[in-house]
Order: sequence, then structure tokens, then C-alpha cells
Amino acid sequence: MRPVEHFPLFARILHWLMAAMILTMLFVGIVMVTTVGPAYHQLVDLHRPLGICILALALVRLVNRLLIRVPPLPDTLPPALRTAARLSHIVLYALMIALPLVGWGMLSAGAYPVAMWPGFALPPILPHDPALFALLRHLHTWLALILFGVVLVHLAAALMHGLLLRDDVLPSMTSGPPADARKKQDA
Amino acid sequence: MMSLIRERLAEKGGWLRAAAMCAAPGLLALAFALAAGWLTPGRLTSGTFMRTFRMVDGPHPGFRRNHAKGLCVTGWFEGSGNATPLSRAPLFAMVRSPVVGRFALAGGMPFQDDAPEKVRSLALRIMPAHGGEWRMGINDIPVFPVRNAKDFNDFLLASRPDPQTHHPDPARMGAFLAHHPETQQALALLKARPLTSGFANDTYNSLDSFTFVNTGGTATAVRWAMVPDQPASLPAGQGAGRDYLFHDLIAALAQGPLRWHLIVTVGGAGDATADPTVPWPAGRRQIDAGTLTLDRAESEDGGPCKGITYDPLILPEGIAPSDDPIPAARSAVYARSFTLRSGEPDTTSAIGRAAIRPGEQ
Repeated sequence: MRPVEHFPLFARILHWLMAAMILTMLFVGIVMVTTVGPAYHQLVDLHRPLGICILALALVRLVNRLLIRVPPLPDTLPPALRTAARLSHIVLYALMIALPLVGWGMLSAGAYPVAMWPGFALPPILPHDPALFALLRHLHTWLALILFGVVLVHLAAALMHGLLLRDDVLPSMTSGPPADARKKQDA
Repeated sequence: MMSLIRERLAEKGGWLRAAAMCAAPGLLALAFALAAGWLTPGRLTSGTFMRTFRMVDGPHPGFRRNHAKGLCVTGWFEGSGNATPLSRAPLFAMVRSPVVGRFALAGGMPFQDDAPEKVRSLALRIMPAHGGEWRMGINDIPVFPVRNAKDFNDFLLASRPDPQTHHPDPARMGAFLAHHPETQQALALLKARPLTSGFANDTYNSLDSFTFVNTGGTATAVRWAMVPDQPASLPAGQGAGRDYLFHDLIAALAQGPLRWHLIVTVGGAGDATADPTVPWPAGRRQIDAGTLTLDRAESEDGGPCKGITYDPLILPEGIAPSDDPIPAARSAVYARSFTLRSGEPDTTSAIGRAAIRPGEQ
């Protein structure tokens, strides 16, 4: 049996950091758009800079992904699931980049200051256009719901690999190579 | 692969593993549905307010859900420098910042008739050259009638017109007031307020408390008012015309610029910041923070205020929210109203372009 091939450490850090950030973002977002309570503005103040952080990290991650060797899926996986895995990853990357951009564009079109922290706001990326604001505002919600759905499928698939198939897919992202293997690689 | 899965399920604890596989995403989805309020349809949200305004004022697509009848104005704000020891917001320095404002009548009916006792509001967007924008919506009443978002929703529902009589049902409002002595007191103050003849010589109050923060980081509780330079005169009587308040304002602006002083009141020890139904005692320290000059009226139809939401939490650095819960609720509800109306077909305002420059279409 060949040894498990792991994602490089940097890719694993990006993955788990962004997993936490994106889940936080989805929950902050859905609470924020419904609540009329005092937490509203604190959630908005968190949502905007966190979204821009995710955008920046997603771009770093996209470049990193194109540079590294991605551990291959097991040979036993049927072609349909292989295609599904590939497509779901493309959708995840596309949404990690599109959602913050739509949010930024939507605030720009709505003439909202894109406030990051007190005293600093990003410049608008779209002209002031209320109809465009409304369109992007709805798009932002729908893309977020799609992202949440794909995250759930991604999680279920990872657990299927880890708990039922018990193949190399889950360990390739949860752990690195054991110490002796690393030594062997260095030698 | 399917045979491998069947094999694994047949193992000891196989079904338990399959259950764990489904439980993690399932619980996450459940938590999301709970957070979204999908399982608690009665929860008070910004959507509840949209339904309430629709119920009270009727459907008016394309218009603001509240303060629907209005007129755009433009001008500038010039800081006096007097407020800089309290707030580091750049617009308080002796600089001129452009302003896009909006005068309006409270209520969600875009074609309601003007009347002396109806609540008038002034919304402002102050845009200093180098950032630090400030938006506000201020009203010509001394206090806000309720303490929080839930009470405001209940208050609006209690004031909704009866389908038969087209007037609020006194029994319904009576039931609300019986549980809200603070609203009774606030409404008494509203009723006792001196009425002026129009928008131009009216005083507009923040009602809510905010926090000024200076360069040293010292926080100060404040409320503020725009106090007119224009002398007060008595309100017009009956028969002045259904849009007379707006027409008078347009005529006044055609005569020359109108001015207000931004008077900041500094909260004293024990002054309520979390409760906008309670006025602060007279005699508190007041600062003239600058002058608002408005010199031009424009219809909302194609005017510069139409596509702006006067979200009271768009604050510059140096001004922060206080523990008053109303601004956060207004911010959330305005955002929903702005999204809805911006996606609806274009409307024609009660105060059209022809009212400002007769002959122009």
C-alpha cells in the first residue's frame, strides 16, 4: 500500500483557517440581516472586514492551489463522484472570491461607505446605482446560501471518506506526514 | 465503491459511523436555520417591520417604508471647531463638507396631505473631502415615543387605521399605552411641542444618544439638534394646500440659503442614554458645533437623495453608537427598506420636478 499523500502544511493552514472564517461569516451574515437588536451594528462591523480578509486569503489560496501538487483521489472512486468532487471545489473557490466581491460591489452601488475599521474605508468598485444595489444585495444572499449548501456537501463527503471509505482523502487534509516519513524525505 | 460502502456498513458500528457522517452537516444546517429565524416565524426581524409598515400604511412600492413623502436638498456643513475637544470627527474642524439632505413627513404614505402637527424630519449625509462621512435622520419632536424595536413595532400596529373607520382604533392604542407609561409621557411631550410654520424654521432633534470620542479617547454621551436661524412663525391654518409645507420650503430656498446650527448637548451624570423616551434635563452644557447651510431644493424624481439611505449608524470615526437600542434597529430596518424599494419600479414623488421649477417637465 502506498503511503498517504498529504496537502502541504501551508495549504492545510489556509484550509482550516478559512473554514472557520467562512462558517463564522455565514452565521454572522444570516443573523445580521434578520436581527433588529443592538448586536446588529457589531455584526455589520465584523462582517465587512472579515469578508475582505476572506477575499485576500482566497486569492492567496487559489495561487497556492495552482502551484502545489494536489493529492490524487483514490482510484476506487467512480468517475461521477470524481467529477462531482472537482466541480464542487471549483464552485467553492469561485464563491470564496465572488461573495466578498459582490458584497463590496453592492455596498459601492448602494453608496454605503465600505468601512473596514474606524477611520478606514475601501474605495467603491462600482458606481452609485440603487437598482444595481438591489440586484447585488439579493445575489449576495443567494450566493451565500449556495456556498453554505456546498460547504455542507463538502463536509458530508469528507466524513464519508473518513468514516466509511476510510481512504486517504480525509487524512490528506487533517494531518501531515509522520515524523519518520519527513526524515526520509529530507534524506 | 458501493460494495465497499455496503461492506463497511455491515461492520460493527458501521451504521453509527454513517449516522455521524450525516449528523455533522445536519446539525450545522439546523443551527443555520435557527440563526436565520426560519424555525421561529414570530421573531422580530427587519422583515417584520416591512410587513408592519405595509399593514399600517398600505403597499407603496418604490418608496421609503417610512418618511415616504419627501424632498431632496443640497448645501454644506461648516464646522466651528468648538466640538473638536469632544470628537475627533474631521467634519467638526473649521472645514466645509458637502451635504445631501432630505426633508420629509414621518409615516409611510408618500402622498399624505401636509398638516401642521405631522412629524417633520430632516435627513443628512455630510461628506467631508477626506472621508469620515456622517448620516443622520432627525425629527422635530422632543423625544422618541418608544424604548426599543419591539415596542416600536407594537406601537405602529396599535396605530394602524381600522378598515371601517380609517382611523386608529382607540381601544387598541389604549391597550398599548396601558402597558407603556413611558410612551404616554413621551406622547404628552410630543403634543405639547411648539409647532412652527414649516420645515425652514423648525428644530430637528437626534432623539437618540450617541458617543463622541476625542483624540485622547475620552468618550462623551451626547444628543444634538439642528436649530434654525430662520425666525419661528405660527403654523398655517386650514386650507393651505395638501403640499404646502414642501411648497413653502421650495419658495424659501428660492429666496436664499437656509441655515441651522448644530447644537450638541453633553449628557450629565445619570442622564439616560439607553432610553430615547426620556428627555435630558434643561441646563446641560451645549456646544455650537457648526452651521448647516441648505441652498437648493430638488425633487426626489431623479434627485440626489433618492438613492441614499439615511442610516443613522453611518458614523465617522469620533462618533460612536451608545447603549440606545433604537439606532441599530433603524439601521437594520432602513437597510431592508432600501433593498426593497431600490428593486421596485421607479416612482413619481408627490413633490415632482414641476413643483420646483414650474414649466420644466
